[in-house]
Amino acid sequence: MTELDPVLKGRRSQPHLLIETLQDVQELYGYLPEQAMNAVARELGVPLMEAYRVACFYKAFSLKPRGRNVFTVCTGTACHVRGANLLLDQVRGQLNIEPGETTADGSVTLKRVNCVGACALGPVVIEDGTYCHHMTPGKLRKAIDKSRGKKKGARDHA
Amino acid sequence: MRKLKKSSDLESLRKRLLAARRRIRSTIVICGGTGCQASKSPEVIAAIRAELAKQGMERQVHVRATGCHGFCEQGPLLVIEPGNLFYCQVKAGDAKEIVARTVKKGDVIERLLYTDPVSGRKVRTEAEIPFYQAQDRRLLGRNRSVDPCAIEDYIAAGGYSALAKTLAGIKPEKVIAEIKASGLRGRGGAGFPTGRKWAECAEEPGDEKYVVCNADEGDPGAYMDRCLLEANPHLILEGMMIGAWAIGASAGYIYVRKEYPLAVRHARIAVEQAREFGLLGGNILGSPFSFDVEIARGGGAFVCGESTALMASLEGKVGEPRAKDIHTVKDGLWHKPTALNNVETWANVPAIILDGARRFAAKGTKDSKGTKIFALTGQVKNTGLVEVAMGTSLKDIVFNIGGGAKNGRAVKAVQTGGPSGGCLPVDRFDLPVDFDTLSEAGAMMGSGGMVVMDEGTCMVDVAKYFLGFLQDESCGKCVPCRVGVDRLLEIVTDITEGRGRREQIDLLKDLADTISVASLCALGKTAPNPVLSTLRYFPEEYIAHVDHKKCPAGVCKALIRYSIETDKCNGCGSCLRACPHGAIYSGKKKVHVIDDKECQKCGICVAECKFAAITVN
Repeated sequence: MTELDPVLKGRRSQPHLLIETLQDVQELYGYLPEQAMNAVARELGVPLMEAYRVACFYKAFSLKPRGRNVFTVCTGTACHVRGANLLLDQVRGQLNIEPGETTADGSVTLKRVNCVGACALGPVVIEDGTYCHHMTPGKLRKAIDKSRGKKKGARDHA
Repeated sequence: MRKLKKSSDLESLRKRLLAARRRIRSTIVICGGTGCQASKSPEVIAAIRAELAKQGMERQVHVRATGCHGFCEQGPLLVIEPGNLFYCQVKAGDAKEIVARTVKKGDVIERLLYTDPVSGRKVRTEAEIPFYQAQDRRLLGRNRSVDPCAIEDYIAAGGYSALAKTLAGIKPEKVIAEIKASGLRGRGGAGFPTGRKWAECAEEPGDEKYVVCNADEGDPGAYMDRCLLEANPHLILEGMMIGAWAIGASAGYIYVRKEYPLAVRHARIAVEQAREFGLLGGNILGSPFSFDVEIARGGGAFVCGESTALMASLEGKVGEPRAKDIHTVKDGLWHKPTALNNVETWANVPAIILDGARRFAAKGTKDSKGTKIFALTGQVKNTGLVEVAMGTSLKDIVFNIGGGAKNGRAVKAVQTGGPSGGCLPVDRFDLPVDFDTLSEAGAMMGSGGMVVMDEGTCMVDVAKYFLGFLQDESCGKCVPCRVGVDRLLEIVTDITEGRGRREQIDLLKDLADTISVASLCALGKTAPNPVLSTLRYFPEEYIAHVDHKKCPAGVCKALIRYSIETDKCNGCGSCLRACPHGAIYSGKKKVHVIDDKECQKCGICVAECKFAAITVN
């Protein structure tokens, strides 16, 4: 995989750089593909089992591909007391997926994060890297519909 | 070549920078921290720059995009120097008017001024805003004068003089003595005396030692460290350099959460710039001291905020803590002596060296010196970052600075210290906030998260929330934490779902004791705190759930029921459209009805109804 070369550059045979390397692989593909895991483990000199152990331990990594749009709901304390659960319920009801899952059509992945440090503006949802503050279930519903290319007014209860 | 080869180079650079600045007519400071970025401050910055260019003023007026100013609720924030005129909630569309009226003519645009919610008065400068007035912003106050991506700003504002002073003639043991004398204690939550930590590390033999900056700020509801690293990364680097000189380390690491992309980026830029200026690398400022820093991104594991887990993670391993019978100052990163401090701790170091321990120690209480930054969030009017002298009362923070509860409700409690801390009721708000008092009261100052809760918050649910968090984040290495927290959560879930029994409350206390005694690391040892503190201060809420199967705050789903009041509903249909579960039905313009069987009790309809027709009972 030539795409991996820039990620591996300067890191070969340095097992302690495993996490940093996997972070970049995760950013590159949106998940950790099997081939990339094999390549990273081989090039850094980490047993493949250890690489998988690390990949499964940290929340930053995913072994499954993500959807075209990623909605990350912050469930930190400040967002929690301002109703972050309603936002999760909104997505559950609208798309029938749980945090960590992707819709069957591959359009949306729902994630939750423990805190993004934008607590003053909670509840916060990150839509593909953009921070949306003071979120409400209504705003979230519209944002999800929009990201899936749905017209205004069309609705379903999946 | 921009490399600074001796301390006089640093001084002459500072003089040149200041002279160049005198030619600038005014500076527009715009907050570009994560909070204000979410409120679209990058658009404001771009619009102001474009407008200045259009009016041919870009040479006379400087635009400085800074890190967080702390008053995130009112973002994007904009300050015009000189004069310190303060505008809030600025939009890109305001750029033209700001340049044409305020910058050119000196007019004040009334609508962009902050309105004090108490007096209803329009306020012109930060200094007049109660939120800022009651604070002592020694660290945060510096953010405004620095563009985090420009080392020149930091140097112009006096940066790196503490380093120059140290390298020019303060021996390591003198540095440590000064830090000891200041009474600085670790800001990450444990409050260990920093000077003692450094002294123990310095005493260790060998020349391979490390300093680590812990920026894995995992406590939900806390973002002081994000703000500092994002807004003033060179301050942290300077602190680390002084620490490295004191203990004899030649390498350092900043371990920063991946969830803070802006902090990661600014820290990386700062390290590169410091290298370019010769402030990191070999023979810094012509001294024998050599030091370099690397940035490592955390993988989203809360437990990695624990020092030994963090070090394991830096070594590329799974972030599991180890028993600390041998301290990390002796056996740390790669089994070498390591001094690990939190971001805010490092940030305090340069000023202690430059202005002396006495000035630092003049603020605070007997055993907790200096100022502390808190993230004031939750159900409070003014949310944001607050820096006050240690020993300030909770009342001052929540009511004077925070302005009390939002939406006309009453404040019920404040949660401090994140998942390791506890909830303190409003009648304990006269307690001074420092390391020891809050711990005695069953909470903990922790790293500085302060989440305000009002009548609409169920304390049993809060306990359940933290247990859920901790169960998820427990690394699983030791049994008391892995299994114990799981059982605590099981019991509290029973209580919130109406299956609670009286004897379970005693069982909770019993389990909590075992977990706090037997767990391996601080995550487990402090895990029962949220349960214990809510049990101690809000027993009536547990009783209501257990005996009467009622949730007084109307939060616990299994114990509540939603209904629509027929006399208030006018059939507008907003709730019907909003319900994600299809549980509301009706004909057009008719009173709506909630189907109890379908209703998931998410409460979305309540938030959508403009006529307050939906009630919880």
